[in-house]
Formats: sequence, structure tokens, C-alpha cells
Amino acid sequence: MHESSPQLAGLRQRVARLAASGGLESRPAEGWLASGDDAFDAALGGGFATGRCHEFFAADALDATSAAAFAALVALRRPGNAPLLWLRTTDAGRRTGHIHAPGIAELGGDPDRLLLVEAPDPKMLLACANDAVRCTGSAAVIVESWGKFPMLDLTAGRRLALGARDAGTTLLMLRLNAAPVPSVAETRWGITAAASREREANAPGAPAFDLELLRWRAGPAGSRWQLEWNHDIRSFGRSFGRSFGRSFEQGFGQSFGEPALSGALLSPALHRATRPRGAAAA
Amino acid sequence: MPLADARARVPDLLAVPHDPILDQLWLDRMAEGCGRYTPLVALDPPDGLILDITGCAHLFAGETGLIDDLDRRITRLGMTLRHAAARTPEAARALARYQTLPAPDEDAAVRRLPIAALELEAEATTALVRAGLKTVGDLSARPMANIAARFGSDAATALRRLLGDALSVLDPRRTLPPVIAERRFAEPIARTAHATKILGELAGEAMGVLAERGKGGRHFRATFFRSDGLARSIAVETGHATRDAALVMRLFAERMDSLADPLDPGFGFDMIRLAVPRLDPLAATQLGLEGGAVRPSNEAGAIDELVDRLATRLGRARIRKYRPADTHIPEQTQLELPAADAPPPAPWPAPEPGEPPTRPFHLFDPPQPIEVIAEVPDGPPHRFRWRRATHAVRRYEGPERIAAEWWRRRDNGGLTRDYYRVEDVHGRRYWLFRHGLYEEKADPRWYIHGLFA
Repeated sequence: MHESSPQLAGLRQRVARLAASGGLESRPAEGWLASGDDAFDAALGGGFATGRCHEFFAADALDATSAAAFAALVALRRPGNAPLLWLRTTDAGRRTGHIHAPGIAELGGDPDRLLLVEAPDPKMLLACANDAVRCTGSAAVIVESWGKFPMLDLTAGRRLALGARDAGTTLLMLRLNAAPVPSVAETRWGITAAASREREANAPGAPAFDLELLRWRAGPAGSRWQLEWNHDIRSFGRSFGRSFGRSFEQGFGQSFGEPALSGALLSPALHRATRPRGAAAA
Repeated sequence: MPLADARARVPDLLAVPHDPILDQLWLDRMAEGCGRYTPLVALDPPDGLILDITGCAHLFAGETGLIDDLDRRITRLGMTLRHAAARTPEAARALARYQTLPAPDEDAAVRRLPIAALELEAEATTALVRAGLKTVGDLSARPMANIAARFGSDAATALRRLLGDALSVLDPRRTLPPVIAERRFAEPIARTAHATKILGELAGEAMGVLAERGKGGRHFRATFFRSDGLARSIAVETGHATRDAALVMRLFAERMDSLADPLDPGFGFDMIRLAVPRLDPLAATQLGLEGGAVRPSNEAGAIDELVDRLATRLGRARIRKYRPADTHIPEQTQLELPAADAPPPAPWPAPEPGEPPTRPFHLFDPPQPIEVIAEVPDGPPHRFRWRRATHAVRRYEGPERIAAEWWRRRDNGGLTRDYYRVEDVHGRRYWLFRHGLYEEKADPRWYIHGLFA
């Protein structure tokens, strides 16, 4: 074929080279952020691939805390002292609440690793996210946005994903109060709060999450999971979830053990309910 | 004279309200511009500037050359300049403000100043004039002890300072920075891009000086002097001492991009100065074997650099770390501190094994009011209304009673709070509290304080 100009020929060659190297998806992931639940991680090929972009959608504003906590716990499971960069806009504190470090400490995470970046508006948030993903040495970068994020179009998303891939940064996009839209993310999840396992005296139990895999570049989507966080072993485990009918012992049995002499002892929950805390000796 | 009288006499009088703050800002800008003559510029509010030009005048072909240059710029700004040069700041100030008669030399000029130039209290000035002492020279002919006894020690001190007998100290707006690099141009440069390039060269020079001293800069200030006499300063800070000119220039570029009012060259810059006001020790770095300095390739260095860059762009208070605080009031248990100067980490309260978290992941500050229906007044919430939606409680735990800090405040610190950890039928977990016990308050209100994972 006769080429009209050397530039065009050069471009064609470049396109051919790019196609041969395969682009973004072909390179295997260098590592995984594992959730700690064996079946869950195995189904994903090891967990959340590092150096990739993962999206967590909370379609209902009330599930924002579940999505945020899930992302934070996955990132903070990573051993070491690498900081977790958390980017949010200034009005996020009013909408979803301020990140409460003692709450993270009670979940078994280390709040000292948290580095909060507060951008004044979504545009600046995106600019800062682009810088943050290109910085090596973070455990993960969490970018929290609220509602539709029109500035995060396919181009901007791809730029973020490429930056994350080049620097080996794991990017966790928190899309709160937003409906899932097409993007270049490696995985896309819908997260809602799940009913916790009942404890004595009808007290709420450990945090439980309902996850739906909406899209996965490397495999089939559509699977649903119910995970429960155990802060003692700093790991997720399978919740006893009604919809799965998995037996309790198989998933997660031993960590929240029953008291040996249930009749004689006050249950922990009841015990806590009756005991005044701190200086509140009212 | 009242304004009405003045208007009656001059019908087309232009009246402008006096704005002392704007005047002060203008004086400050002029002082910044005078930084081209000397680094030691002191303000003499409301309308004066005192410049210490010791050792600087020869750069402008002597005192007269310097004053001519200053006069030309000030006149171009539409101001009128009264100036004087003297051995002490007080003498220069008095000569500029009170000199009416010409004199052969500085001593004679000071002695011919009226007694008002001492700027004593009105009573003392009147007393001096009544005593027949009309000029500073008259007063200085008297014995100092008599003056102090008769008119107070203030008069004696003022006189001695004016005559240069007592120590007088200039209080400059800015202390002399330890490292300065500057460049003057024969022709003003009108493009910001060129100015930035020059700044890059200056940064290279300053880093060389820093390397000789074994120091690194923490704070860098670039001042752009416009040919019309005004100047604009832009400062950047780094979290750690640095001698990396490229890094500092990246921060400056970041800062200039985020300026609310961009750098305005006007008729061009005729001088650019880079000052390093804050230094910290920084050991020399090992060069790479193949030449060139070793980049801070370790990961902590990359994060520090990112923090500096984002802090320059967003403001240092927007990059924060969490530190625990020793209190049991939930909204005060954490401190959010700028990452650049956060104290070393302190231990956080450890979670109780086998127990679900008692503190929420997200906290509302201030707590948001909700409407609650409880089965019994003192009991746990049965259902509650928050953000225009009703939530039916399925599980709860509580109350966890948190008393106010009665030892801190006179009114016992406020009301006791009863916290409940509740879960609704959809599995979402909330942290609610009743503000006040029933014996404290007749109708206590309910609030939502946080959300659990």
C-alpha cells in the first residue's frame, strides 16, 4: 500500500507496535491486596491486583461508610508502614462524616498510616489524584468522590489507570452515591452494608459487607460475596450470610468464640452494656 | 474642619473615606518594593519607611543616586517623597518630617530642628517651648541631667537618640535571610516565563552556597521587583531540608499556577531575588558512580516530595495526619494536624479482642439531629428519622454513657450523653446518642454522631 506521507507511515508503525505489546491489560499484575478470605481471593486470582484501578460503588448514600471502610481495610491489610493516601473533597466531611481515626484503630488498622488530602473541588481532586498515583511508596491511593463525577471521563480514568500501572500504585476509587458507569477499572464493585451476625442481647456484631462484582477485566463478573471483618486477625472472612447458606464454622467460626460457660457468665455484649465507660462514672 | 464646611467652601471637593487598612497594605507593598535597595526595611506607620542603606548606597552611585532612583519610582507611582539620610533612624525620620531650614551638615540640621521633632507628649513640648527652648540645639546645650529631672527621662532619651548618642535599633520587616541570590537587569523583562527561568538559575546559585555551608533550605522566597517600584513575593516550603533546585522550582511552578491573582509583570521586572530564610543542616549526598547526584529514590522520599507538592498547591493545612488526643469526648479524641509538622506518632487505643468496634468509622462533627421513637423514654431507640428517611432499628447495644468534662468548665461542662450502637433492618450501623439524661433535662434531644462500617 502506498503511504501518503512518512508521518502517516510512522504512526502506523507505532500503532502496530502498541498492538503487539498489548497495552494496559496484557501485563500481569505484580502483586495482590488480599482480603484474607481464601475463597474470595482465589476467585479473583489472588485478591485486588496492585498497580491497577479498582472501583467501589455505593449506590445508596447510606452505604458510603461500608464502601469507604472496605477500601480502607483492604489497603491497610497490606503489611509495612507505607502510608495510605486518602483524597477527598472538603465537603465530604459534611456529607459522609469525617474519617474517625479511633474507629479505624478499633478495626485493627493503623491510623498513623493515613495521610488525608483535602481538595477544595472535584477538579483539584482529580489533579491531586494524578499526582498521588504517580508517587511510588504508598500502600494505596483512595480517591473518594460523591455523586456523578463528570470530570472523570474515560480519558481521565485511563490517565489515572496508566499512572497507577507505571508507578505500581493501587488506586481504589470510592464512588459514593453514584450509579456504576463504564470505566477502565480492573474491577468494579457494588458495596452495601450487610446485616451483622447477632451477638448476645441482640447487639450488632462485627462489620459485614455485601459485595457484588459488577465487572472484572480478567474474568466473569456477577458473583456476590458477603464478607465479615475480623479485627483480631486483621482479615476478612466469610459471613454466615443468609443468602449463601454456608455453615458458620466453615467460614469464620473460631474467632468470635462463644463463652464456655454461657449460663454463668455475663456475655461480653451485655457486660459492656452495663459497664460505664471512661470517666462517665455517672 | 467638618466635611460640610469644606464642601460649602469648595463645591467640587472630592471626598474619599479614609481606609487605614488599605493605607497599611499600600505601605507594606512599597516596603516590599524598597527591598531592592537594602534587605533591612522598617515600617514607620502610617506613612513612613526607614531603610538601612549602610554599605548599599555605592551600588546606586552613592546616597544621592539611591535617593534619585527611589524618588523617580515613587513619583511614577503618584506619590510624593520626603526623604532624609542621617546616621541614626531617629535623626533621619525627624529630618524627613520636620526639617524646614537648610543646613550645611547633618549635625547642624538636627540642631536646627524644632523641639516638636522630639515627638514628646504635648505637655512636655509646650513646657519646653515655654522655657524658651525652641530647637533641638537649644535643648542639647543644657545639661542632660537637668533635662531628665525637669521634663522626664523620655525627653532625655529622645534627645540622645536624635543626636546619635544613644543606641537605636532598627526593627526591619524581615530579618536578613542567611542566603540571598539576586539578579538585576539593564532592561526589564516582561514575560513571566523568562522570569521563571532566571529564578531557576538563581535557585542553582543559592543551592551552591547552601552546599558549601552544609545546609539545606526549608523555606524559599522569590521576590519579583517591578520597574515601577512595587514587588511581589512568593514563598514555598519543604518538609525537609533540600538542596535540589529542580524540586524547589517544581514547587514554585506549582505555587504560581495556584495563585489567585497571577504574577503581574506590569512594565517588566528589573530585579529578581531568591532568599532562603530558613536553613537546616543537611549532609552532603554521595554522587552516583556514573556521575550525577543520587535521586531520593527511596519510597519515603517520594511521599515527602508528594506531600510538599500537594501542600504547595492546596495549602499546608489540607494535607493532614491523625494523632490521638487524651480525652473521652468522641469528637475530640483525634487531632488532624498538617502532615508537614505533625508530632511523632503516639499509640492509639487498642481494640478489645473479639468485640465489634465501639467507635464509628465516620464521625459527624457537629452531630446531626434526628427524631427518635423509643419504646420507653429512657430506653433504646426503636426507630429514628434522619435525612428525611425513617430507619427501623433491629439490633442495638447500649447505652454507653459519656459524661461531660465537668472538671474543665464552670457549668459542669454540659449534658451527659447516652450512646447507642444500633443496626437497622438493612444492616447499616449507626451511632446515636441522647443528649442529656432525663434528670438533667426535661426533653432531651437525639443526635446521630457517626456511622459504623
